[in-house]
Amino acid sequence: MPESKLGLLQGTLDVMVLQTLAAMGPQHGYGIARRIEQVSGDEILLNQGTIYASLVRLQQRGWIRAKWGASENKRKARFYSITPKGRVRLGQDVAYWRRLAGVMGRVLASRVQENGNA
Amino acid sequence: MREFLARLLAAFHRSRREQDLDTEIAAHVQMAIDDLVSRGVDPREARRLALAKFGGVEAAREQHREARGIPWADRLAQDLRYALRTMRREPAFTVFAVAIAALGIAAATTVFSVLSTLLLRPLPFSQPDRLVWVANAPPEDGLSAQTLQVFRFLSFRNRNHSFADMAAYFAFYEAGDSTLNWNGRMERLNALPVSQNFFPLLGVKPEIGRGFNNQECQWNGPKAALLSHGLWVRRFASDPHLVGRTIPLDNSPVTVVGVLPASFDFGAVFAPGIQMDLYVPFPLTGETDHWGNTLAVVGRLKPGITSQSAQAEAAVLGQLITREPHRGNDITPQLTPLKQHVSGRLRPALLTLAFAVVAVMLIVCANLSNLLLVRGAARQKEFAIRSALGAGRARLVRQVLTESLLLALFAAAVGTCLAWLGTRALAGLTAFNIPLLTSVRLDGTALAFTIALAVFSGVVFGLAPALHVPRGDVGEALKEQGRAATDSPHHGLLRSVLVVAEIAFASVLLVGTGLLIRSFLRVLDVNLGFQPARAAAMRIDMPSQFLRENMTKTAVARRDAYFNDVLGRVRSLPGTEAAGIIDSLPLGRNRTWGIAAHGMTYKPNEYPEAFVHVVSDGYIPAAGIRIIEGRDFTERDTTETEPAIVINETVARHLWHGEEALGRQVDAGPFKTPCRVVGIVSDVRHLALEQGSGSEMYFTLRQVHDLPSIYLVLRSRLDTAALTSSVRHTLLPLDPEMPREQFESLEQLVDRSVSPRRFIVYLLAGFAAFALILASLGIYAVISYSVGQRKQEIGIRMALGASPGALQNGILGETLRLAAIGLAVGAFVSAASTQLIQGLLYGVRPEDPVTFLGVVALMLAVAALAGYLPARRASLTDPMIALRAE
Repeated sequence: MPESKLGLLQGTLDVMVLQTLAAMGPQHGYGIARRIEQVSGDEILLNQGTIYASLVRLQQRGWIRAKWGASENKRKARFYSITPKGRVRLGQDVAYWRRLAGVMGRVLASRVQENGNA
Repeated sequence: MREFLARLLAAFHRSRREQDLDTEIAAHVQMAIDDLVSRGVDPREARRLALAKFGGVEAAREQHREARGIPWADRLAQDLRYALRTMRREPAFTVFAVAIAALGIAAATTVFSVLSTLLLRPLPFSQPDRLVWVANAPPEDGLSAQTLQVFRFLSFRNRNHSFADMAAYFAFYEAGDSTLNWNGRMERLNALPVSQNFFPLLGVKPEIGRGFNNQECQWNGPKAALLSHGLWVRRFASDPHLVGRTIPLDNSPVTVVGVLPASFDFGAVFAPGIQMDLYVPFPLTGETDHWGNTLAVVGRLKPGITSQSAQAEAAVLGQLITREPHRGNDITPQLTPLKQHVSGRLRPALLTLAFAVVAVMLIVCANLSNLLLVRGAARQKEFAIRSALGAGRARLVRQVLTESLLLALFAAAVGTCLAWLGTRALAGLTAFNIPLLTSVRLDGTALAFTIALAVFSGVVFGLAPALHVPRGDVGEALKEQGRAATDSPHHGLLRSVLVVAEIAFASVLLVGTGLLIRSFLRVLDVNLGFQPARAAAMRIDMPSQFLRENMTKTAVARRDAYFNDVLGRVRSLPGTEAAGIIDSLPLGRNRTWGIAAHGMTYKPNEYPEAFVHVVSDGYIPAAGIRIIEGRDFTERDTTETEPAIVINETVARHLWHGEEALGRQVDAGPFKTPCRVVGIVSDVRHLALEQGSGSEMYFTLRQVHDLPSIYLVLRSRLDTAALTSSVRHTLLPLDPEMPREQFESLEQLVDRSVSPRRFIVYLLAGFAAFALILASLGIYAVISYSVGQRKQEIGIRMALGASPGALQNGILGETLRLAAIGLAVGAFVSAASTQLIQGLLYGVRPEDPVTFLGVVALMLAVAALAGYLPARRASLTDPMIALRAE
C-alpha cells in the first residue's frame, strides 16, 4: 500500500538520522536506512537514496562524522557517528518535535470536537 | 561559515566526492541485495527490488550535490562543463554562432564607442558643460558672418553678466600659415592665433613653461609661441630646454614660452581634420579690429547661469552694442553649448547608426535563436533522457540558457578584439572631417556595454529555445524517438516568425541605407561649378621680401613681376593646361565683403554681401569654372587700370534682377572708385557640396593685395606626385627657401568635404550587407530544416507522382511567402521611420520609390536563392530512400 505511506516532512529525515546514530552508534548508510524503516514499521515513504543528501548535510554542519570501514559482510562502507555537537542539536530537535507533536495533537483534537458539536 | 567553507571546498573536490558517493551507493545497493538474497529472494529479483527501494540513483546524486555544494556554484560549474562539451561536439555550429554574434557585438561596441566619444563623453576641458560657443550667425552663413569683430567682442565681454570669461581665436587661420626653418629644413606648420585667456578659459595648462603674458599680446609685442605636444616631440625631440629659447618662425625669432599637453587637440574639437602645430597670441587691439569680423568665440558661463538665459541677455546686449556710435559690424550673438556645436551636427547621423546597429543586433539574436531552436529540436531526445534520469525542467532550461550565454560571452571576447581593431582603425581615419574621431577608443564604459550586450543577447537568443525544453512529458518524447526529432507546429511557427522578423529588420536597414547611398550619389553628382578632375592645388606663399604692410608702387610692381614669373614658369611645364593662383581653395576658408550696384542705396540690413576670392589670371580656367559672359582677368588688369571684378550668376541676378550685368559698375573691395564687371562665371559650391553657392566675387591679385595665403592651382595631365617634383624644381630658383609641400588634387578636397557623409554611408552599408547575409542564412536554415523534417512526406508525394518541379515550386513559394510577409512589415516600418532620417537625405525623398522597389527586388532575389538550394535538394530526393530512412 504505497499510497498510504507517510511522506517525509522537510527536516524530519535529519532528526531521524541523528536519533538513529545516537541510539545505535556508528552505522553505514544502508544500516541507517534499514533501521529507520524498521522503527517506523515501514510506514514511511523513504527513498533510501535521499539519506545520503541528509548525511552530507549533517556532516557539513559538524553534527556527525564519517570514517571508512568494513561492513559485516566485509564490504567497504562509510560509517557515520554522532558528534557531541550533534547530540546537543538532537536534544534541541527532540524537544522541538515533542512540543510540535503535542500542539498538533491538541489543535487537531479540538477541531474534531467542534466538528462533532456542529 | 564553516558550512559555507565546506561547501566551497566541496565544489573544488568534486570528482573525489563524486567517487566516494558512487562507492557508497554501490555498497548500499550490494548490502541490500545481500540482505534480500539471505532472505531467500532470487538474486536477479533482489537486484531489482534493491534499486527500486533506493529510488533514482541520478536523483540521489543530484540531491547529494545540492546538499553538499553551494548549489548555484556547483550547478553552474556543471552546466558550464556540459555546455563546453556540447560546443566542442559541434565545432562548426559553435564557430558559426560565435562568429556572427561576435560581428554583431563588434559592430555595436564600435558604434557605441563613437557615440560615447562624440555625444556622451564630456569635452576634454575643465567643467566643459559650462562652455558655450558664441557665433554671430548660424553656420550656414559663411565665416565672416559667423565671427565677431574685436572691439565688439571686447565690449560684449566687459558688459555682460552671464559669462565668467570669454576667449577667442582667429577664425581665418589656414593650414600651413607658418613656416618653420629648423635644422636646415623648411616646413609649413598650422598655427592658430588665440586670445591671451584662450587656454586658461578651457582649463588647459601648458605641460612645461607658461601661457602668453600681457606684452606678448600687444600689437607688435615680443613674438611668442606655445607648441603643441606633437610638434615638440616631432621636430624638437621633446627637448625641455627649448622653452625660453627662440625658434625661427616666418623668418623671425619667436620665443617658445611653453608646450601644451598631449591631451589638448584643438583640431579634434574645433576643426576636424586639421592638426594644429603651434599657437601664437592674437592681439585684441585697434589694428586687429580693422580687419573686420575675425573672432571665433568661446565663453564660460558663470555657475548657475543657463545657456538660455545667457542667450536672452546676449540678444539684448548685442542690439545695444550694435546701435552705439563706434563704427563696426553688427553683433548678434548666438549661443550654443560647445558640445552641441562640436558634435550636434552629426547627432542625427550617429543616432541613425545606433538604430542600425540595434537592428543588426536583433537580427543576430533572431538568427542565433533560430539556430538554437533547430538544434534544440534535434536535442529533444537528449533532454528527455536527462529528465528521465532525474534532471528537473528548471535545470534543463538553465542548461540551455547557460549554453547560449556561454556562446554570447565567447562572442563578446572575440567581438571586443574586433571592436578594438575597429575603434583603432576609426581613430586613425584622419581623412574624415569628423570631430573627436581621433579620440575614439574602447574604454571601460564601452567594455561594460559589451558585457551587458553579450548577457542581454545571450538571454534573448537563448530564451526561445530554453522555453521549448520539453515539459516533463518524458514518455511522450521518448516514444517518438524513432522519428529523428519531434517538431510541433508551434515550433515551426516560432521559427517562421523569427525569420520574418529578420527579413523585416533587414529590409528597414536596407531602405535606410539605400536612401543614404542615393543621397550620397546625388551629392557626388552635384554640379560643383568647378571641375575637380585633373586639377590640383599646392600652397606656395610668397617669399618674405614681398610681405609688406604698405604697398609702395615699386613693391607692387615687384610683386606683379613675381607672380608673372611663377605663372610663366608653371605654364611652360609639359602637361600644364592652365595655371592660376587663389587666396583660398573651394570648400575651405571663406570670407565675405559687401558688394553694391553702383548708385543704388540699400537698407542697413540688406546691404548685399558676397564671398571674396582674390585670384590671378588663369585661375578660373584652371579650376574649371565656366565663364558665361565677358572675360577672365589678364596681366593687364593692374593698379594702373580701372578696378575689375568678376561675379557669379547669383550676384548678377541679385543686383540687377536679370538685366544685363556685364560692363556695369559695383562698389566693392578696397577701391576708391567703383569697379567694372568684366566677367560673369558659373556658381561654385564653396561652402559644402550640399549647400547652394550664394553670392561670389573675384578680384585680381594685382589690384587687391590682401592675400592671406596663396594656392597655386594647376590643370595638368600629370599626377600629383610628378607635379609636385616638377613644380618644385621650377619654382625653387624664385624662392630657395620654399618649404616642401605636396600637391593635393581637387578631387581629394571634394572627397574630404563629403567624408562625414561617406563615413556614415560606409558603416551603414556594411551593417546592411551583414543584415542581408544573416537574413538569407536565416531563411536558408529554416527552409532546409523544414524540408529535412518533411523528407518522408516528400518521398510519399513523389511516390504518388508529384513532379520534382512542382515540389520545388512549392518550397520556393513557401520561402517567398515568408519573405513577402517580412518585406511587408519592413516596408511599413520603413515608411514610418524614414522621416526620421530626412535631415540626412539630399535630393531624395524619404519615400523614394526607387529605393523601396530596389530593396523589395533585392530581398526577394536573396530569399529565392536561399530557398532554391533546399528546394532543389528536396526535388532530387529518391522516394525509396526517403521512405526507408527512419
